[in-house]
Amino acid sequence: MTLEQALPASLALDLDGCFEQLVSHYQDRLYSFAYRLTRNREDAEEVAQDAFVRAYRALKAYPSERIRSLSMRAWLYQITLNVTRNRLRGKKLRLVSMSAPNRNEAAAAFDAPDNPERQPDSVLEKKERRANLAELVATLPERYRSTLILRYVEGLSLEEVAAILKQPLGTVKSNAHRAVVALRELISQSRHAEVKS
Amino acid sequence: MKPQSTYPRRVSSLAVLQALRRFPEEKAPATLLPAVLQRVGLADTYWRLESPIGPVYIAHSRAGISMVSRAKSSAQFERNFAKRYGRAVHPETAAPPAAIRTLIRRLRSGERPKLQFDLRGLSEFERAVLMKALEIPDGEVRPYTWIAREIGRPEAVRAVGTALGKNPVPLLIPCHRVVRSDGRIGQYSMGGTRNKRTLLTVEGAHPETIERLGGRGIRFLGNEKGHSFCYPTCGGIETLVQSNKIAFRSEREARRAGYHPCQQCRPAMAS
Repeated sequence: MTLEQALPASLALDLDGCFEQLVSHYQDRLYSFAYRLTRNREDAEEVAQDAFVRAYRALKAYPSERIRSLSMRAWLYQITLNVTRNRLRGKKLRLVSMSAPNRNEAAAAFDAPDNPERQPDSVLEKKERRANLAELVATLPERYRSTLILRYVEGLSLEEVAAILKQPLGTVKSNAHRAVVALRELISQSRHAEVKS
Repeated sequence: MKPQSTYPRRVSSLAVLQALRRFPEEKAPATLLPAVLQRVGLADTYWRLESPIGPVYIAHSRAGISMVSRAKSSAQFERNFAKRYGRAVHPETAAPPAAIRTLIRRLRSGERPKLQFDLRGLSEFERAVLMKALEIPDGEVRPYTWIAREIGRPEAVRAVGTALGKNPVPLLIPCHRVVRSDGRIGQYSMGGTRNKRTLLTVEGAHPETIERLGGRGIRFLGNEKGHSFCYPTCGGIETLVQSNKIAFRSEREARRAGYHPCQQCRPAMAS
């Protein structure tokens, strides 16, 4: 049995004794997830911290049968997503809509600002492209962004994503599809901007 | 106008999905885990303090003091802690409270500060034993049988010994004040009988006197005035031994002589 499979049972038995294991095991994933949602390292750390604290309090209150039957990974993503949404709501942080003028900014991010003479085939550019792809993902509307990240970056099943987002499977499917289409569009536009400039 | 025609090249959905899957996983900052444990009250930190039996390490979490132990080095203490609890312990940066400093330095502390202990993971029985040991005043000792009887498990004398041996916070929960009924000092988890004697001496409990009385078969001392009988160290051994006391070898002998158990040290059930 892997640690991941064994965790719910051990947490049900001895929460305080096993909670540190839970944090060590999931901290990179939750932090990455929060970072992809917020694109800000400080925010991501605070979100991940809050998510674990909330998880602890919830586990403390749950009866042990409920803890034992938890799908831990999906449950933790769900908490992280909720914490992120609450923060965004509170701070109006980086909640970028498709029609916002920020789009040009994001597209411009495809250019390396400190490297105006672009070297198209260099490894460096590839890295930047990936970073810029993350920037573009961050500009997607929230409903597309979280679906896209959970489904394609974190690699969860459609059913798990539906459970996390509390949406019908059909909605998740169509949002996942639309998210990819929207992202392709954004990429094309940013390249277009690149060519024009 | 057909903007699409001016695009350099169209990105395929497959390429996008592949790129998304290749997103590198970010490493959580090293500050995340300690911060979480701190916030939920599960982080342990420790001090190193001098005691009459050499340096000791004292770990605590928000739930209370979780471990007291001797160790050759901080690294060894950290290993011992992780082995016992399966979680990490880090050096404390803040100074220890004065209450702990005084208690550890002299052990004999008139004020008997109220300390919180983190006894998670112990059984109900083990906790009862330790809480009872906490009631023994400094300068006094009690036999294992006393704890067993006081917690309502008179038959569990051996288990009391085992529970005291597992005391995670020796010195602060004074398991060194529990001795054998025959006056022999008995074992000690933190460095054996020698350290136990040292601690009792520091507290003024005169281990030699306790042993001498025990060796002569004396279990209780009677107080003529109030017609009560006590453990020899009740109220401090000096006063008892020096004043005119009647020696009893057993509870029965004391009761036959018309003496009743002292209400302070409770050497037997009141009847």
